[in-house]
Amino acid sequence: MTQDGDGLRDSSMEGSELHRRLTAIWSTPSGLWGALSTVDHKIIGRRYVTTAFVFLALGGVLSLLIRLQLAQPEARFIGPDRYNQIFTMHGTNMMFLFAVPVMQAMAIYLVPLMVGTRNIAFPRLNAFSYWVYLAGGLLLWIAFAVDTGPDVGWFAYVPLAGPEYGAGKRADIWAQMITFTEVSALAVAVEIVVTVFKQRAPGMSLDRIPLFVWSMLVTSFLVIMAMPAIMVASSSLILDRLVGTHFFNPAEGGDVLLWQHLFWFFGHPEVYIIFLPAVGMVSTIVATFTRRPVFGYLGMVMALIATGVLAFGLWVHHMFVAGLPRLGESFFTASSMAIAVPAGLQIFCWLATMWAGRPVFKTPFLFVIGFMVIFVIGGLTGVMVASVPFDTQVHDTYFVVAHFHYVLVGGAVFPLLGAVYYWFPKFTGRMMSETLGRWIFGLIFTGFNLTFFPMHILGLQGMPRRIYTYQPEMPWSGLNLFISLSAVILALGFLLFFVDAIRSARSGSLAPANPWGARTLEWATSSPPPPYNFARLPVVDRLDPLSDDIEAVPVASGLRVDRRELLTSSVVHASPEAREASPGDSIWPLWAALASTLMLIWSIFSPWAVVWGSIPLAITLIGWFWPKGVPEDEA
Amino acid sequence: MKDKVVIDLAHLPPHGLGTASQSWWGTLAFMLIEGTGFALAIVVYLYLMSLAPQWPLDAAPPDLVAGTTLTVFLVLSVLPNILVNRWARQQDLRKVRIGLIVMSLVGIVPLILRAFEFPAMHIKWDQNAYGSIVWVMLGLHTTHILTDLVETLVLTCLMFSRHADNPRRFGDVNDNAMYWNFVVATWLPMYACLYWVPRL
Repeated sequence: MTQDGDGLRDSSMEGSELHRRLTAIWSTPSGLWGALSTVDHKIIGRRYVTTAFVFLALGGVLSLLIRLQLAQPEARFIGPDRYNQIFTMHGTNMMFLFAVPVMQAMAIYLVPLMVGTRNIAFPRLNAFSYWVYLAGGLLLWIAFAVDTGPDVGWFAYVPLAGPEYGAGKRADIWAQMITFTEVSALAVAVEIVVTVFKQRAPGMSLDRIPLFVWSMLVTSFLVIMAMPAIMVASSSLILDRLVGTHFFNPAEGGDVLLWQHLFWFFGHPEVYIIFLPAVGMVSTIVATFTRRPVFGYLGMVMALIATGVLAFGLWVHHMFVAGLPRLGESFFTASSMAIAVPAGLQIFCWLATMWAGRPVFKTPFLFVIGFMVIFVIGGLTGVMVASVPFDTQVHDTYFVVAHFHYVLVGGAVFPLLGAVYYWFPKFTGRMMSETLGRWIFGLIFTGFNLTFFPMHILGLQGMPRRIYTYQPEMPWSGLNLFISLSAVILALGFLLFFVDAIRSARSGSLAPANPWGARTLEWATSSPPPPYNFARLPVVDRLDPLSDDIEAVPVASGLRVDRRELLTSSVVHASPEAREASPGDSIWPLWAALASTLMLIWSIFSPWAVVWGSIPLAITLIGWFWPKGVPEDEA
Repeated sequence: MKDKVVIDLAHLPPHGLGTASQSWWGTLAFMLIEGTGFALAIVVYLYLMSLAPQWPLDAAPPDLVAGTTLTVFLVLSVLPNILVNRWARQQDLRKVRIGLIVMSLVGIVPLILRAFEFPAMHIKWDQNAYGSIVWVMLGLHTTHILTDLVETLVLTCLMFSRHADNPRRFGDVNDNAMYWNFVVATWLPMYACLYWVPRL
């Protein structure tokens, strides 16, 4: 045991003593107060994932209502006004409350473990981001419950969403929900960037970063560059609606297409903000279940970065029928097709990995194969709609609905479900059911294709999206009934998934530290990990730190055990730079989130909310940052 | 799995400064977010201008006095800011205290000048799209000055408290100084856009 100038060290401490001291300093106290003030990335990550899946289930129920209404022509189950709210809620909920948060949530849990550190960077900001996200979700759903749900589509085009046509507060609820979710997403993006840049295990140079971590790093930069656009857009919309600015009012020099530009400058990168994490999950699962590293590591990383850059050059392809200059349209057609190149490169790298490896067809891997099939189909229809003449024909039809469900559900939800099966033992310490997993995959894969493939045909037959009903003379009723029945299969698959997840979390078979024989660092610690993640921080000397020939994991010693301490390392080579304190639990992030919530909801009704609401916010932020004289504050 | 100790980190400092600290990178990341926001505001300005038959819309170009004075003042404020930054790096508490008081006063002056800038635009936010964007640009930047001022005031109080003599606090002063430079740097393209583009 070493006690020198600053604190007690772990250097000569034995296993049980080390565990006892680290647990004392890192664990979250039990009880409500502990739960509200915890900053443990694993607890917050689990909370985030669970909340996002609750929103998935709620959004799924909405889609079933849509299918019920459309199952037959002239149905009177849902009226047009409620239907507008339902499809808007479905899209808004799935994009802003499920897809983006769930990917970031997985990263909140996994990235610190995969880079071999003890907590995420800015753990209190992490707690704050969760509360803000939860508040945004509650705002949207409570508004919907009291018949004030947004009804202007998930991209809220003006003038429909503007002051002239969007009476009441429905569009404001949408716009302010954006603020909540973007604040939380931006906060998480900053945490992940800094965690990956500064907290990697010694020796984890840039070319040894796991592909999932790379994908989350690129995703976080996309969030940082893209989300300000939607915040500018939604804030301008609120200003137009609340204080009479004219950003989107053509009569006073504004422009409605400005909204579309701002929205899609965010909205298209958004697709990759959802897709790139999934790519990282696929690479991880493929490597583990083929028992070999992914073919073409460098190419995969370059493809991630290339996708991230190109993602900003595509937004206009959402506006091909808006009457833009021809040259512009040609440019965006070319860039839209170009992004298929890095996507294709990754697909071929995975195929090569599977070809050269010894695939083991467990449930996570089945979802990956499902992803490849469905995503390739979605990618092919993507190349089709990148062409202006074709897009002009199918714009705003069910062809587009089919296309984006193929890329989003196929490209993100399938990998995500695979990832849940894959990392569930790490999250909970228990395995999910392999038998049920195969049934679930079968039901979801079949149900998905039977539900969404016919929508291509409906779109080509001219059925527009977002109509609450259709006439019996239209040739659409047969396929619509078929789709609605297929949706039941899909829903059954998801229902079983939730059953399996809840059942396994309670009584699944106990998981060892590394049940799949995987090679990334999160498997070097127990399942679930202790509050401090690693008793001693791992040292990395290769791309696969847990490869088969390793007998003992190399680790570092010398950190303090009387304060929360972790290691900061250099950006490129991950050489150790400092022993850094990691902030302890605090209730202030919750107070700050409540103060932000008060200010943001109030400001839907009065511009003065920004003035008066900023006072409690400032107080909570000062309380948050004011030093408390704890050991973590020493330097 | 067993482990074996291969390196010892005991010799490392208990806190990283500059690029070795997370908060330096965090500040940089937030600057990237806000910088993107500023850039987008300028893009919106230019976009609206490109659609307008004449620019400014139904208003004379803004008066130069208040805005230019503020710009000169902001540029000059970088000097004491650099000094505070240097003293914080030298961990000279006495000088840092003086510097922070100076920077707190320096943060108040632009808010006073800004009050004269809004009327100098000759337009209100609700008159037309030109008015809307200039008010939002000025407002967005004012928020940043105000935020940094509050942060500086809190830091000043902190540096007179028992928590002051700590490398971590000096690091906070460095990050705050970096942020003020950012607030100044982002104003320059905004100033050019607001005051000189309408005169082109």
